[in-house]
Amino acid sequence: MKKTTHWKLGLTLGLTILSVWLLYPSVEWYTKPADERAKLEAVRERPKRMLNLGLDLRGGTHMLLELEVEKLDKKEKLNDAITRAIEIIRNRIDQYGVGETPISRQGERWISVDLPGISNTEEAENLIGKTALLEFRLVDTSPEAEKALSKISDLTDSPFDKDGKLVPEIAKLMPKNTALFKASSGEESSRAKYYVLSSSVGITGAYLENAKVSTDSQFGYPNISFTFNKEGGKIFERYTGENIGKYLAIVLDGVVHSAPVIKSRIGGGSGVIEGSFTMEEARNLSIILRAGALPAPVRIIEKRVVGPGLGEDSIKKGVSAMGIAFLLVVLFMIVYYKGGGFIADIALFLNFVLLLAAMSYFSATLTLPGIAGMILSLAMAIDANVLILERMREEMALSKPVAMIIPTGYDKAWSAILDSNVTTWIAAVFLFQFGSGPVKGFAVTLTIGLLIGMFTSVFVTRAIYEFLLTSNPKELSI
Amino acid sequence: MIRILHKTNINFIKLRHVFFAISGIVVLAGIVSLSVKGINLGLDFTGGTLMQVKFDKPVEIGALRSALDAAKVETSIQGFSGENAYAIKVKGTQENVNEKANQIIAALKTIQGASFTEEKRDYVGPVVGRDLAKKALFAIVLSMFGIIIYVAFRFSNPIWGAAGVIGLLHDVFVALTAMSLTNREIDLVIVAAFLTIAGYSINDTIVIFDRMRENMRNYPKMQLGELINFSVNECLSRTIITTFTVFITVLVLYLLGGRAINNFAFAMLIGTITGVYSTIALCTPMVYQWERRNK
Repeated sequence: MKKTTHWKLGLTLGLTILSVWLLYPSVEWYTKPADERAKLEAVRERPKRMLNLGLDLRGGTHMLLELEVEKLDKKEKLNDAITRAIEIIRNRIDQYGVGETPISRQGERWISVDLPGISNTEEAENLIGKTALLEFRLVDTSPEAEKALSKISDLTDSPFDKDGKLVPEIAKLMPKNTALFKASSGEESSRAKYYVLSSSVGITGAYLENAKVSTDSQFGYPNISFTFNKEGGKIFERYTGENIGKYLAIVLDGVVHSAPVIKSRIGGGSGVIEGSFTMEEARNLSIILRAGALPAPVRIIEKRVVGPGLGEDSIKKGVSAMGIAFLLVVLFMIVYYKGGGFIADIALFLNFVLLLAAMSYFSATLTLPGIAGMILSLAMAIDANVLILERMREEMALSKPVAMIIPTGYDKAWSAILDSNVTTWIAAVFLFQFGSGPVKGFAVTLTIGLLIGMFTSVFVTRAIYEFLLTSNPKELSI
Repeated sequence: MIRILHKTNINFIKLRHVFFAISGIVVLAGIVSLSVKGINLGLDFTGGTLMQVKFDKPVEIGALRSALDAAKVETSIQGFSGENAYAIKVKGTQENVNEKANQIIAALKTIQGASFTEEKRDYVGPVVGRDLAKKALFAIVLSMFGIIIYVAFRFSNPIWGAAGVIGLLHDVFVALTAMSLTNREIDLVIVAAFLTIAGYSINDTIVIFDRMRENMRNYPKMQLGELINFSVNECLSRTIITTFTVFITVLVLYLLGGRAINNFAFAMLIGTITGVYSTIALCTPMVYQWERRNK
């Protein structure tokens, strides 16, 4: 046997073993029962390098958020703001206890968030979409403010127009340096619907150290108790000391949750937000307060939810279709090309294993179009072998010796294989610009698949033929 | 040795006017269909809301329609036969995420005697729709350019590259026409299918061009028409076998792959057939036509 044949077969064998080793975590993971997987995922025991299933296959929510750049602090740079927003959203999701959640920047001011397994999106939306800007402002109780409020209660419509600005007849009544805020919706009768608050902010949530759910000692309602850090505690103490007897409104994302009177200077830097929260709301609010406020509000501009049942259905059908197609092609090759077809089938199988292994290594995501991309790349790999085998048959028809047929077949087929793969690859590469989602999944599998296909259908099959040549066969079964 | 074809000697060049006529008619039909029926653009590009729901008991599509009409939601409803599942779509510019979805859910809850589960919900805001449309167009245009440049470079003849790309455009156009005729939606996944058809079509063309290039070197005296016929015939069994394997693969996907991938498989099915046709019937005769005129 030639030395190069040794080397080629060794490399092939090595890569196969490596692939099996790379695939092992994925196989082990997906053969576990679903509830055990969920448990492990929650405690982040999920293997790192493994094949991920896309949201279309496992169910979940994809969201694209736009950061409202116009509302950013003038001093903050866009890039920093986006990075911070991503960090904060990740922080919130982590505390909420979801497994791997890919969050990434897309384009200039978009953030893409994938929440695998979560198809109750209202909760997710509240968790991610809330700015969580906590502010403390003084309530204006002057007669002018009272007048404005009584005028508002006479209105049949909202005092805000659709751009969120005050309607002119109210705006002219508002005292200087104040702003109108909505109250959180609770028991309608017992609460004020609007508050006139000072336009200057006493202290913000930026100084928060902690926030957690507590229960009201009298009635057992869920509340959120918070603690400021040292610096915030000092500011809060001074601020409350200066304003004893006044009402202090606790404003979260522009909505007044409560406005207790300041009875005395508040030391120690802690307090409670009361409001008519459910336990769930209180928990989620404390999470987002802990994680910090977004630099500016975000808006959901795209949302795609796939329920778990549909994903399962797609995966079953996709996999079974793929299996049947695979089988048909394999059988056809053996029937038509006999030994040569069998070798092509070995390459095809190896191609499949290497492709899955490579995807596991890159922690790539398999989507439904991804499966289609895979099938296409496998079809291209078969085409390469058909090209080679047809060339070999032509050479055989010229009754050349076996030792000549093989290298000539490969040499002549090579340029067509290379050119056809490169052109398909050119088409695939441009799909990468679709940042995320199913189409990118297609591009990934097709691109990797084409590269691996060239390797298995040319390099590996040739190594096998060269190995067969060492026994000096008189005929070739093709 | 099993052979589908023994040595063939079909005169493709002689038949070229027939092929040109067939393609001309198909393209014309496509233009008519596209201008009359238009392209059914999917949510990805128009923006809007899609909800897919599954009822636990059979529900008539009429019941859905009247419930949604009563709620004054203008939708298009598509049923999936035998599955009690419906896709409800509201296309167009919608600024708020859950606005339409909540209206639809409220309307569906008024249907008596059956409850439903949400299988899928898509919301695409107007900015995203425009962005995706732009990217899709970019992907298609840039990849065509990439392919022309590569083919021109590899075959050192821009005419061959252009002929290959005309063939590929022809194939994508035919697939687009088929989508329009069957009222299927063009969404992102279909864009991926179109690019695949483009890649597959040019792949097929290149295999023949490669053989022509080789035969030109081996038989420099052979006439171009004869050379093209010779090359196409030489490659014919390969062309048929490869197309056959791809075709059965896509056919299985189309029949068994489930509804999520059905449109993709349909586009590919059309693309596979026209991809082979364009290589034999359009690209190579076009090269012949062009070279002859220049003599």
